[in-house]
Amino acid sequence: MKKIIRVDLVLISMAISIGAFIPAVYGASDAFKENIYKVGALKPVDSKLNVKVGDRAPDFTLPSVSGEKVSLSQYRGKKNVVLSFVPAAWTPVCSDQWPGYNIIKDVFQQNDAILFGITVDNIPTLFAWTNQMGKLWFSVLSDFWPHGAVAKKYGVLRSDGVSERALFVIDKKGTLGYIDVHDINKRPPLEDLVSALEKLKR
Amino acid sequence: MKKIYLTMPVLTILLLTLVSPVLPANKPPAKGETLPVFNLPIPKSPAEKGYLGLSGDGLFKIPQIKARVVIVEIYSMYCPYCQKDAPGINEFYQLIEKSSNLKSKIKMIGIGAGNTSFEVEVFKKTYQVPFPLFPDKDFTIHKASGEVRTPYFIVIKINDDGTHQIVHAQLGDYPGAEPFLEIVLKASGLK
Repeated sequence: MKKIIRVDLVLISMAISIGAFIPAVYGASDAFKENIYKVGALKPVDSKLNVKVGDRAPDFTLPSVSGEKVSLSQYRGKKNVVLSFVPAAWTPVCSDQWPGYNIIKDVFQQNDAILFGITVDNIPTLFAWTNQMGKLWFSVLSDFWPHGAVAKKYGVLRSDGVSERALFVIDKKGTLGYIDVHDINKRPPLEDLVSALEKLKR
Repeated sequence: MKKIYLTMPVLTILLLTLVSPVLPANKPPAKGETLPVFNLPIPKSPAEKGYLGLSGDGLFKIPQIKARVVIVEIYSMYCPYCQKDAPGINEFYQLIEKSSNLKSKIKMIGIGAGNTSFEVEVFKKTYQVPFPLFPDKDFTIHKASGEVRTPYFIVIKINDDGTHQIVHAQLGDYPGAEPFLEIVLKASGLK
């Protein structure tokens, strides 16, 4: 029996060793050159949501990279709103998420929606990072101080102080219609967000 | 019997690891090498099928494309440089298609690293990409290609006997349609 377990352990070790040569998937765009900090594989989700679909989306006011302050409530009755929380600037996956949203402005417009990108980074960091993405059509908001307060309000602040990779779709009445607290290591497929936006119209 | 129950799951894990159809690589494909082994789905669109000289359904390998030179762009819908370069790459495609001498000899494809079919279609539609694009949703091909940053260009020469060789590879730095055509022609010996 002991021998069998020993053989099993050797086989498992071999399999794990082979796996170790499989590199993790990092931010792929050359736009960021060698400036992406490799965080490795993280716990997929490390927080507990404070809201659910059907709830009134908690209001907030945050500064944007372009200088103005943005309050969620100012869009009530006017626009559907998408909040895209990403964990941190200059990290894998995050750096290859918003540039995709940047080429589908028409999809947001067709669904009468606006997008806000949010991280817990400060404004200068967000300024430098988003400049690498080209000109963004949507506002990027800083949830830096009080640190991660909005992420905490929604229940997407992780124990290490960054936010989850999370999407919230809020309708014109201010109600949460879609929530995706995604595995932090993976990018949410675009079709899921587009489908959530299209459902708002029905 | 007990021994078999204990060892079978472990052997299965090991076997799956070893016989994975596409193996990850530690470095990007480079000049002088062959492509990593992977399959792509034969396009459903008759136009794309015709462009690549393929028929039927199922899978194909890049050297099966009916051409003397194939250019593979590993890109992503989410990559700002790929977005910026897209019109210039289309221009390169048009240069080839307008040349009666080159159009049957050089073909292009794009592989969307980490992109779903939907995301590939969004990129194709946004930039009116005229050549076939393929999704690589789980980064399988991207991993087999040493997790290159994007865009990454690979120029492959296909020999008469069906073998092939990478004659040029570059990360980004797309120089524009005409200079890139010069690079391709020189590297592949078509000039």
